[in-house]
Amino acid sequence: MNSVITNVGLEPKILPFGESAILIEFGPGIHPEIHHRVKVLTEYLDTYPLLGMIEYVSAFSSVTIFYNPLEIKKMHGERIEGQVPLSFNILAPLLREIIAKLGEGVDYTPRTVELPVCYGEEFGPDLEYVAEYNHLTVDEVIRIHASGQYLVYMIGFAPGFPYLGGMSEAITTPRRQSPRMSIPAGSVGIAGMQTGVYPIATPGGWQLIGNTPLKLFQPHNNPPSLLQSGDHIRFYPISRKEYEAYKGGRS
Amino acid sequence: MSIKVMTPGLLTSIQDLGRSGYQKYGVIVSGGMDSYSLRLANMLVGNEEGEAVLEITLVGPTLLLEEDILLAITGGDLSPTINGQPIPMGRPILVKQGSVLKFGVCQSGCRAYLAVRGGYNIPEVMGSKSTYIRAGIGGYQGRALLAGDVLLIKEPQTDLPLLVSLSKKLGSHSFAFTSWYVGKFYTSQKSQEYIIRVMPSSQFEFFTSDSREHFFQQAFKITTQSDRMGYRLAGPRLQLAEPLEMVSEAVALGTIQVPPDGNPIVLLADRQTVGGYPKIAQVAAVDNAYLAQVKPGETIRFQEISLAEAEGLYVAREKEMEQLKIAIQYHLL
Repeated sequence: MNSVITNVGLEPKILPFGESAILIEFGPGIHPEIHHRVKVLTEYLDTYPLLGMIEYVSAFSSVTIFYNPLEIKKMHGERIEGQVPLSFNILAPLLREIIAKLGEGVDYTPRTVELPVCYGEEFGPDLEYVAEYNHLTVDEVIRIHASGQYLVYMIGFAPGFPYLGGMSEAITTPRRQSPRMSIPAGSVGIAGMQTGVYPIATPGGWQLIGNTPLKLFQPHNNPPSLLQSGDHIRFYPISRKEYEAYKGGRS
Repeated sequence: MSIKVMTPGLLTSIQDLGRSGYQKYGVIVSGGMDSYSLRLANMLVGNEEGEAVLEITLVGPTLLLEEDILLAITGGDLSPTINGQPIPMGRPILVKQGSVLKFGVCQSGCRAYLAVRGGYNIPEVMGSKSTYIRAGIGGYQGRALLAGDVLLIKEPQTDLPLLVSLSKKLGSHSFAFTSWYVGKFYTSQKSQEYIIRVMPSSQFEFFTSDSREHFFQQAFKITTQSDRMGYRLAGPRLQLAEPLEMVSEAVALGTIQVPPDGNPIVLLADRQTVGGYPKIAQVAAVDNAYLAQVKPGETIRFQEISLAEAEGLYVAREKEMEQLKIAIQYHLL
């Protein structure tokens, strides 16, 4: 399934971020179309890494490229009367050129990742509260949560933690009054308009509705994160038995 | 070869120059807080600059050296001793098997770096040996050192000619060191305010004019709620002129962000990859190592510099490091 690019004509803002990073802002907010442009650029950078680039971080509507200024000057700088220009002044026009070229038709097809979730019981101690809060039954909450299609806007906060868009307003629930000291890895939760999965055990205030047996972060895998920015994900309910089979069968 | 940890100190962990390339998967960079001292320590024992070292914070460990070991200590002066005798910093020291390396009172700075010839035998995780404590990966079993830990040391691939002369000097002493040394560390001295050079961020203009003025005119204290993730600062409260619609984006080493309580936070080695608070400024890369040596309770002031100045400083620092490396290599051979 391909997304449609609607902001092709928009010039991104390109700003310095200290002397070792550059920020490319595609838009002001959280929209799948803006994110699509983020993804198109990062796909390009994965395939053709800029010389002197250390790495990039993509977010909701921006890409930040971290670089070594010495390398940038060496690799890309053309001397103007004995002077090597600032790395930023080398990179900004280069990036504008790349983005303009990409805007003219490069497209990418998002992956869809399916995440099995055992809803409720000890895996989702707040499932009933979420239902009550939204005047729904527990089954309705599960059906709504599992029928959504979610876009991974970015990975951050913790290794492999996905910031997802696309949750139904019908199940939005505020964070817990007091955060839990430790939330088990794999917990699926809701916080306001967001839903997400905790890849590693961490304290947190999200309303927990279930748990996935899949591992979202495995440091010895390459890549270490199951999910990536730009992925589409779908949750589907599984029984406790299936959950245990997953846990037993895969490590 | 090995080193046994008798007491671990306050926070002693294995660090190298960090884990880059995985931030897009939410994996933090980590690495030595004072990367300048870390690189120097490695150079002094003839290692690659980015080899893993021990980062020692405020209260140092006591270590039993189970073999003859060539080591170097840089960064903050935590009064290192061998068998009770003070040893100098910033130079290669050959220490005899069975000696005890102990750190004492913190004289300057707050982080020392201990490099050993050959490097510590630590597996890489995602291309780095740095300890990422929260995720429990890298370094020594993904955690800070504890009493009883045994750090294995890699056999160096080449012999170091300097060892011959140091071995002769050693004789019946428990340690021997070179007469030459590297003296300059960017560590703090007592009763002095530290000037940290910064570039205003692209969101600088969104702060009130009072806040912008205070940011450069007043001092900020490093509070005790500071760690490797970030320094929380106390000083004038910084406020936005009006609420700002923020969408999380990448943060960097030395990013100064301002949460709603108005107390700025400087993000350091163990920072998260993304953040949603407005950013007021960005520390010049060369001053991050210096900042890492400022202790909680001490004060800093921010001084504005341009992007061109910051880049000039960066280039100059790298040239200086290159020259140091050549000079050190000449003396090691």
